Amino acid sequence: MTGKPLLEVENLKVRFHLRTGTVEAVRGLSFTLGRERLGIVGESGSGKSQTGRAILGLTPPPGEVRADRLVFDGTDLLTAPRRTLRALRGGRMTMVMQDPKFSLNPVMTIGEQIVEAYRAHRKAGRAEARDKAFAMLEAVKMRNPARVFSLYPHEVSGGMGQRAMIAMMLVTDPDLLIADEPTSALDVTVQMEVLRILDELVGARGMGLIFISHDLKLVSSFCDRVLVMYAGRVVEEMSAGALARARHPYTQGLMRCLPTLAADVRPLPTLLRDPTWAG
Amino acid sequence: MISSQTTMKGSMLQIADLDVVFGTGRMRVDAVKGVSFAVAPGESFGLVGESGSGKSTILRAVCGLAPVAAGRIAVDGAAVTNPRSQTFYRTVQMVFQDPYGSLHPRHTVDQILAEPLAIHGLGNTEERIVATLKDVGLGPSFRFRYPHQLSGGQRQRVAIARALILEPKILLLDEPTSALDASVQAEVLNLLDRLRRERGLTYVLVSHDLAVVAYLCERLLVMRHGETVEETTAAALRAGTVASDYARTLIAASRGFSRGEPVAQPAGIAAQ
Repeated sequence: MTGKPLLEVENLKVRFHLRTGTVEAVRGLSFTLGRERLGIVGESGSGKSQTGRAILGLTPPPGEVRADRLVFDGTDLLTAPRRTLRALRGGRMTMVMQDPKFSLNPVMTIGEQIVEAYRAHRKAGRAEARDKAFAMLEAVKMRNPARVFSLYPHEVSGGMGQRAMIAMMLVTDPDLLIADEPTSALDVTVQMEVLRILDELVGARGMGLIFISHDLKLVSSFCDRVLVMYAGRVVEEMSAGALARARHPYTQGLMRCLPTLAADVRPLPTLLRDPTWAG
Repeated sequence: MISSQTTMKGSMLQIADLDVVFGTGRMRVDAVKGVSFAVAPGESFGLVGESGSGKSTILRAVCGLAPVAAGRIAVDGAAVTNPRSQTFYRTVQMVFQDPYGSLHPRHTVDQILAEPLAIHGLGNTEERIVATLKDVGLGPSFRFRYPHQLSGGQRQRVAIARALILEPKILLLDEPTSALDASVQAEVLNLLDRLRRERGLTYVLVSHDLAVVAYLCERLLVMRHGETVEETTAAALRAGTVASDYARTLIAASRGFSRGEPVAQPAGIAAQ
């Protein structure tokens, strides 16, 4: 990609000091991100979500974040004052979380939440924010934006909740969007719609996107580049088109254990983990 | 609607003209509209469709967890009673999507598995628990653990064990692997496939993943907005010879994201 990178991460480490010992969730991760789509793939516990959270400074309390370098568009995220970070978070860099059930406020209507997100970062009156929220709900292809605006999160399906969440995160026109399994709660056609929306926004607005997912196939068909994580480390980095030529046995195993429409393999091969992968 | 409108003699589960309605007046939602299908003993039947297509609601309606407005549900040839009888729950058991939410957090695996036995007054608790755990691939060491001490795949195995311990004939599976990692999904799918063959179980599987449905089921119903789009077979799904445009859209979408193709149009106008 062109010019200065949007995000630089060098030797990122996330540790949790617990009573039972120290858990190293991320162990020395480095990458740079331009205005492109980067996929981070791995299974539960591989550290992919903690990577996303650490970038936004959302690592939960017992966690400790260390890095040689963690710079977003010229701002050092490790040393910046909290005030600066607060302005960046939700404004210029946002995150779509995994589960709309837990990341939306259950006692506020969806519309009010989008209005609140917008007004927290832009000087705007209620009417303008409302218009913007409507436009955003339309942009995420809600069939009836006016109805969805006045619904509470528990009244919508998972797919609609996730689209509302995306609407809220994109309403401030961020430069960097971290999407943590944004579509794994959705079914295939809706998933494709949501990806198309993300794709358009990344293309049209020149946003950077970090797409965190367990779905290797989806990520490789959507992103430009893919990092495969295992036990807190990157085991393989490749351009998305090169997935079929993946070298690492973990990447290969992940590909093979998925059932496909093309071939009926029975029983499905399961993944045998090699302790040396954790390095 | 093409087939299974007529009464199929000898079907394990039969649903005819099922309507499920939530709410009234302005808030009325017709979740399921005139859906019919029949599943033969030992067969595995899939329900696929987008969010809100009513596929899970059908399973819940079978179990008596959703308000049936019209239509008939028959298990093993006999219409179900309202409320469902004890015999019904011995015959039909359900496995839910989220193994994190469907197990009691303060009950051990042993307590979780003993409860259905106590409710149905079955003896041999000890033996049944050990045997069922073994059947789902969990050793005896898991018996006195709490759900938080188990991984997602292990929890889903416990949920499957809880359903199996009553030796039901029909298992209703509501997205049983969508909360699991790919490698764990493979293990659970293999387990479900094996259990069906060994025990001659009848499955109704709800899933949004066409590849999972094709792996476990012989026939399936494609649903949309509470209605049947088409009834088809796993073989047709694999060969791509489905009748409806909507099913073709689903197949294309399951191959992954592609730019420029009209795969991902808004749900309201897609594939017309």
